Amino acid sequence: MTLTRGTVTINVEQCKGCELCIAACRPGVLAMSTDTNENGYRFPLLEPGCTACRACRDVCPDYCFEVFKFDTPVET
Amino acid sequence: MTDAAQKKVASALAPLQLSGEHHLCPGCGHPVAWRLLLEAISELGLEQKAIGVVGHGCYTNIVQLADIDFLQCLHGRAPAVATGVKRVHPGAAVFTLQGDGDMASEGLAEILHTAARGERITAVMLNNGVFGDTGGQMTAASVVGQRTKTSLEGRDAESHGYPVPVAELVAALAGTAYVARGAVNNAGSVAKTKRYLKRAFELAAEGAGFTFVEVLTMCPTGWFLPTADGPGYLEGTFEQTYPLGELKGSAGAKGR
Amino acid sequence: MPARLLQGSDAVARAAIEAGCRFFAGYPMLPFTDLLEAMARLMPAVDGVCMNAETEIEAVNMALGAGAAGARAATGSCGQGIALMQEAIAEAALNEVPFVVFNMARGQQDYFQATRGGGWGDYRTICLAPKDVTEAVEHTQLLFHLADQYRAPVMMYGDYLISHTYMSVDVERRDYGPLPPKDWALDGSKGGTGASRQIWTWAMGKANDPGPGPDRHWQRIAGKFEEAARAEQRWEALDCEDAETVVVSFGTAGAFVEQVVAELREAGHRVGAFRPISLWPFPEEALADACRGARQVLVFEVNAGQMIDDVRLSVGPLGVPVRPLGRVSIDFSGMRQGEILTVGWIRDRVRAAMEEVPA
Repeated sequence: MTLTRGTVTINVEQCKGCELCIAACRPGVLAMSTDTNENGYRFPLLEPGCTACRACRDVCPDYCFEVFKFDTPVET
Repeated sequence: MTDAAQKKVASALAPLQLSGEHHLCPGCGHPVAWRLLLEAISELGLEQKAIGVVGHGCYTNIVQLADIDFLQCLHGRAPAVATGVKRVHPGAAVFTLQGDGDMASEGLAEILHTAARGERITAVMLNNGVFGDTGGQMTAASVVGQRTKTSLEGRDAESHGYPVPVAELVAALAGTAYVARGAVNNAGSVAKTKRYLKRAFELAAEGAGFTFVEVLTMCPTGWFLPTADGPGYLEGTFEQTYPLGELKGSAGAKGR
Repeated sequence: MPARLLQGSDAVARAAIEAGCRFFAGYPMLPFTDLLEAMARLMPAVDGVCMNAETEIEAVNMALGAGAAGARAATGSCGQGIALMQEAIAEAALNEVPFVVFNMARGQQDYFQATRGGGWGDYRTICLAPKDVTEAVEHTQLLFHLADQYRAPVMMYGDYLISHTYMSVDVERRDYGPLPPKDWALDGSKGGTGASRQIWTWAMGKANDPGPGPDRHWQRIAGKFEEAARAEQRWEALDCEDAETVVVSFGTAGAFVEQVVAELREAGHRVGAFRPISLWPFPEEALADACRGARQVLVFEVNAGQMIDDVRLSVGPLGVPVRPLGRVSIDFSGMRQGEILTVGWIRDRVRAAMEEVPA
């Protein structure tokens, strides 16, 4: 059972594959894709367990993240 | 993912930001610093008072990306130009945005004199220890041991001398009300750096004196590193030469 | 305003303030220092700012910032200090920021610097060279107008004689006509409106309002200076209509040449004096017209030969010989023209030159 308290939208085409969000994510729910975007960069994918802590958005140099918090946590 | 009721807690773009597209490298710390600067200006309600005086570097791109008045000026000269602007518009929130190459190398006289005069502006130095825009040469702020295009074996004190700690020099001057050094290599430092920027702008607006915020930023390209290694290198080397924190004028301490 | 006996520097400072100058930044260097001191004395009373900048480079950049913020701003030095200001003068020409540069030069050795400029890029600097304090007072106000009209830095070529001579002058405000509003000036007020302002030599504009970019921006500026080249030529021609010999000089040397020509005319010689008042744009056609009937053109300047290049460019097509009269001549202090700047020295050499080319 994983508690997910929030979610993010990721602007995949703007991502430059720097992976800083992967290290910043506190619950560790971001992982780089195997696919690449139009510019050839891999990009992050979100797994269950996001806490809406915003760390990904705070460290992203390409403004790829919007962060949302659920009114009620969701169990998945 | 789910249709659960939710509210947005963080936007992608900062307030006053016209576009998220820029030409800076993957893993660069400058765009994070840009965002903090714009958030600080917006949260303090300074949008219609802010005038940015920007030096020469990759960060100059902010002049196109942010919806505030900007003057792009000669390498190193921003503090002098900002002095002229502020003396004409004393009520404006005048700030400089410069790299370490711009400020510590080319513009050392300007920043020290402007600080000594206590001009009520906020000077911001983005410090990644390289002249990034010209390909990654050594600056006056490069740390000992740092490999750059002009110190390929690593900066060697014997032949290249020692780095110039601008924040410490500025803090020693009586005209300076506030000096802080932050970083953007992790979320915790990002949060603190934003608080430093807000405090700096607040104190300048109150007329307390000259305020200064240095922000250590990653430059994996200039550091010859994979992007994911930037934050660790910043912590392991830069923070050892340039300790983080408020050097002068922290809340609770006397200003100037 | 009644005429007052004023030292040149004081008169220029008062004239600048009459013109609305409210920001001045400078670094002490004679013979400019007296102008800086006069501004330091006079600016507080009009709520203006006079900065004793820590370096010349900072002084000119402060003036640039003040000009960019919409104030009438000025700086200055002598040639040695103007040398340090070249980059910023070029920058302001290319990002269209107005201010006035008072070059109280050490003699006439800095004509090339003033007219060719040592900055970067395709720019020109309107430069006026007064012959005395009265003209300097007039030029001061005109220069602030020209700076705003063309949105560029402009220069006065003065010297020790201008800055230190006392003359009875009237610094009453002159009106040179309407100017467009400075809606480009930075004051922060458009922040967050989508229409924030930008001053940038590269003119890239904003993400929501792209600019012309350096190519079209610099082409337009070059065109602007071509207009200035046509419209801002100024000169004084005395007795040139029937002159066989024309003596060309600039700045304070002009007052001496004027005296020499008056004396020689009295003695029956057909000699005339031509003085470019605008060193840039150089009054080429007017000089060519003045020399049309001449058998020789003599150039008296207190240097190794600088303005003579512009004289040759102007009268070359006429085929009339152009000869240098002056030379390097500096006094013991290194700050003023030396022994050759006397009516006697000049007259003797003009006579000798006239004798070499019989009527």
